[in-house]
Amino acid sequence: MEIATSPIDPDELRRRLADDGAGAYVGFEGWIRNENEGQRVLRLEYEVYEPLAVKEGVRILEEAKRLFPVLHADCVHRSGLLEIGDCAVWVGVTSAHRGEAFDACRYIIDQVKVRLPIWKKEFYVNGDSGWVNCERCAEHGLAHADLHAAR
Amino acid sequence: MKKNLTVRYFAGFREHAGTAEEAVTLDAATAGDVFRALAHRHGSAEPLGHCKVAINDEMADWDAPVHSGDVVLLFPPVAGG
Repeated sequence: MEIATSPIDPDELRRRLADDGAGAYVGFEGWIRNENEGQRVLRLEYEVYEPLAVKEGVRILEEAKRLFPVLHADCVHRSGLLEIGDCAVWVGVTSAHRGEAFDACRYIIDQVKVRLPIWKKEFYVNGDSGWVNCERCAEHGLAHADLHAAR
Repeated sequence: MKKNLTVRYFAGFREHAGTAEEAVTLDAATAGDVFRALAHRHGSAEPLGHCKVAINDEMADWDAPVHSGDVVLLFPPVAGG
């Protein structure tokens, strides 16, 4: 588990997982998309609280190895400014057979997205910016809270 | 009972508070009490369930007790990946 400040190289990371006992490798790359909820995105910035992101990431990898009979599992997540098309997160898993590698890879990326202390600030074409998933925070907080209460 | 705590804010919470860290003295028994007492600082109307908290660099539950000297990290909703 690693937090990277420079571009992720999935090929290099994949080679690290090489194992004569592996019949399958499953890799996942999360890329920066040019659109979110109808807004054109120019670039984005990841803020990572590294001490806990690494600690929690290691925990997730250990859980995956316990839940699925895989050989190796690893994850790298970017921090800092990223452009459209950049790789934001990589997950790689090797196992004897493909099924458990797919399952473990899916488990890891799903858990990483909801558990690691990582925040994403998007910068839009119209000049605005915003923290993803935090639309009810800060200045919009009360209006949105009222909206939700009214539902 | 009053507790002397260090509170750290992240992402949107830090921007709203205008600071990454501050020392506070609060009448708080749990991490959830700290979150609610400082709502005007982090500015969040998020339900607790969407946010996370860590105490002394360990992820914690909102009902975890806080003690004088603790460092409480308040995390807005995460968005990795």
